[in-house]
Amino acid sequence: MQNMLNLAEERAQEWRAELRASMKAKERTDLPRVHMPELDAEIRSRNNAEVNQGLTPEMAMLEAKRCLDCANPTCMDGCPVSIYIPKFVKQIEVGDFLGAAKTLKETSALPAVCGRVCPQEKQCEAVCIHTKMKKEAVAIGHLERFAADYERESGNISVPEVAAPNGIKIAVVGSGPAGLSFAGDMAKMGYDITVFEALHEIGGVLKYGIPEFRLPNVIVDVEIENLRSMGVKFLNNCIVGKTITIDDLKEEGFQAIFVGSGAGLPRFMSIKGENLVGVMSSNEYLTRVNLMDAANPDSDTPVFKGKHVAVIGGGNTAMDSVRTARRLGAERSMIVYRRSEEEMPARLEEVKHAKEEGIEFMTLHNPIEFIGNAQGRVTHMVLQEMELGEPDASGRRSPVEKPGFTETIEVDEVIISVGVSPNPLIPHSVEGLQISKWGTILVNDETMQTDIPMIFAGGDIVRGGATVILAMGDGRKAAAAMDRWIQSNKK
Amino acid sequence: MLIKSIHNIFVNLHAKFLKSCSMNKIVGKEYFSENVIKFEVEAPLIAKSRKAGHFVMVKVGAKGERIPLTIADADISKGTITLVIQRMGVSSTKLAQLNVGDEITDLVGPLGKATHIENFGTVVCACGGVGTAPMMPIVAALKKAGNKVITVLAARTKELIILEEQMKQYSDEVIVMTDDGSYGTKGLVTNGVESVINREKVDLCVTIGPAVMMKFVSMLTKKYEIPTVASLNTIMVDGTGMCGACRVSVGGKVKFVCVDGPEFDAHQVDFDEMLMRLGGYRDIEREDMERMQCKS
Repeated sequence: MQNMLNLAEERAQEWRAELRASMKAKERTDLPRVHMPELDAEIRSRNNAEVNQGLTPEMAMLEAKRCLDCANPTCMDGCPVSIYIPKFVKQIEVGDFLGAAKTLKETSALPAVCGRVCPQEKQCEAVCIHTKMKKEAVAIGHLERFAADYERESGNISVPEVAAPNGIKIAVVGSGPAGLSFAGDMAKMGYDITVFEALHEIGGVLKYGIPEFRLPNVIVDVEIENLRSMGVKFLNNCIVGKTITIDDLKEEGFQAIFVGSGAGLPRFMSIKGENLVGVMSSNEYLTRVNLMDAANPDSDTPVFKGKHVAVIGGGNTAMDSVRTARRLGAERSMIVYRRSEEEMPARLEEVKHAKEEGIEFMTLHNPIEFIGNAQGRVTHMVLQEMELGEPDASGRRSPVEKPGFTETIEVDEVIISVGVSPNPLIPHSVEGLQISKWGTILVNDETMQTDIPMIFAGGDIVRGGATVILAMGDGRKAAAAMDRWIQSNKK
Repeated sequence: MLIKSIHNIFVNLHAKFLKSCSMNKIVGKEYFSENVIKFEVEAPLIAKSRKAGHFVMVKVGAKGERIPLTIADADISKGTITLVIQRMGVSSTKLAQLNVGDEITDLVGPLGKATHIENFGTVVCACGGVGTAPMMPIVAALKKAGNKVITVLAARTKELIILEEQMKQYSDEVIVMTDDGSYGTKGLVTNGVESVINREKVDLCVTIGPAVMMKFVSMLTKKYEIPTVASLNTIMVDGTGMCGACRVSVGGKVKFVCVDGPEFDAHQVDFDEMLMRLGGYRDIEREDMERMQCKS
């Protein structure tokens, strides 16, 4: 919540002014963009180690030099949580890495997470001044990750300043990115926050969804610990709307509730053979592997380790699934996507990493049937070849069938990753909540407040299916609005 | 001073409330037979909010599996719920090894939709094996709503017949069937149900038990056009609608047992597909079980 005046004042500080003057803008823009060191594709496709290895301090300081510290930092407009980007980048340039981490935490509850999984190329980096000069954007995401990792590894983790407790109890439903971001902001303002989580682990999609090789669980746990040290309480195995009701929460003295219960029901395609054994949703597959650690022999949860695995879909979750299958020993792991690669919603980096790891891309193909054996195990899929037709409502060219062109491919595991619908638990259990025809909770876009004034909502339960950072942005917006609402009620 | 003490009361209440979400201490354990065990577990919030038909997800140990168990009973004043399990695979064996005083690592619920209860008239409740336990609260609720309840208890052999006395408390009549004739009448659950149908008008049948048993009960009642509800117990991972592992075809549409069920119109359920899906992990489970037995 930095206003423009503060931004300008900060930018005018002596150290920033001197730093800007220390190097010509041309020299800065001429520097090539840093390359993120990565684990070798051959090695990493056989283990669960993180693919991106992080920048060294030297690399980060050099990359930070590329930032022009613009008077009008457009990058910040591209960030859903308005991280004070030029400030933290310049702090890195002068080697004040812990200061940079502190700056990040002023507006983001999860910088080490965002530095890894945000689609920066579509947000802050897409509107970086460099792109207007046809040059590669400053690697803001890599720098964010660097600062957050540096702080964690240094052992000097700073706890954001927290206002004196105001004794007002607020409940948060769901401990995913929306809930965590909301909890962090509210705790800073002195509220007494309790986060209720349905699963046995805290972290939501960050734990059950995103794989270890992209976002190690230990990183998520550190960010959660950070929130704990700010006074946020977490309660697992507790489903609001089932174990306890909204009325119970009111009776317990909770004055407002933020619902960030996330995406629920996985979508299927309603095609023949979809219920065969070995055909499952990406949510099921990733939950087994990530949350339940099913690939570990010590885990009681089973998972199929298919040899010929097809993942249907072209989003980040599809990439996570297909790359997980590869790591669990698939000889052939394929993405089956009905449009062309250009239309794929997955991050470019994920597609690149997947290809390096030997993932096959069957674009312009759409499954029309799965075939099984006598035991009901899937053995083949029938694919329809597609071609691109006219652009549809989303502006993407819509795929149309090429009549007569089908092929049958051997598979022993199929993972369906064609999207999710919102979790129905809260919409079903809270009377009076306005729900859209897609099952999402309707809110005021400005405040994230629902028709029931004490209930606010954000993340996938409102958006239907979006990204970690958009969910976090919602949490931040809701926190600010809820604070205003509570303060105005007091008067 | 007064304000402070009021504040303290609130703090204590809050602490109690928070604590009550996560205790799961076992306070009672009783063997119905060698492999069928009844647990009474401290879970005050679930005890308060559960209704007939609801289930919980249970996980034993840090690396445990999440498995669904239908709630057999609850005592609000004691703050406990009753679960009945049959020792079969790795997870149920780990649960069976717990004793009074132990805590279940993770327990969450109540989940699923509650049983639809009203005065239907005459209801036959057909249960097999451990399916008898989750039928208990349904029988009690149906009786309370004014139904004539006839309960058919079926099992392979005498020692697998459970909860007969409790069922008698809530049922107008209890018919016991054993495959081997060691107790009650010799025959299958379907023979018991059919004997009732042949002698009086039945308005509804409720069935809980192994999938194959429910399939045959459903086929029988379909023949007589008696509306039938089956409570399905499928494979689940999260139990909250997230994974879709529990999906079944009901009337040609895909339904999730965890959020759309667990009870469905039995005549619409594709039991063959359900049986096929239930067997999906059998090979992996057998390996896991062998590994566990080697270790112990």
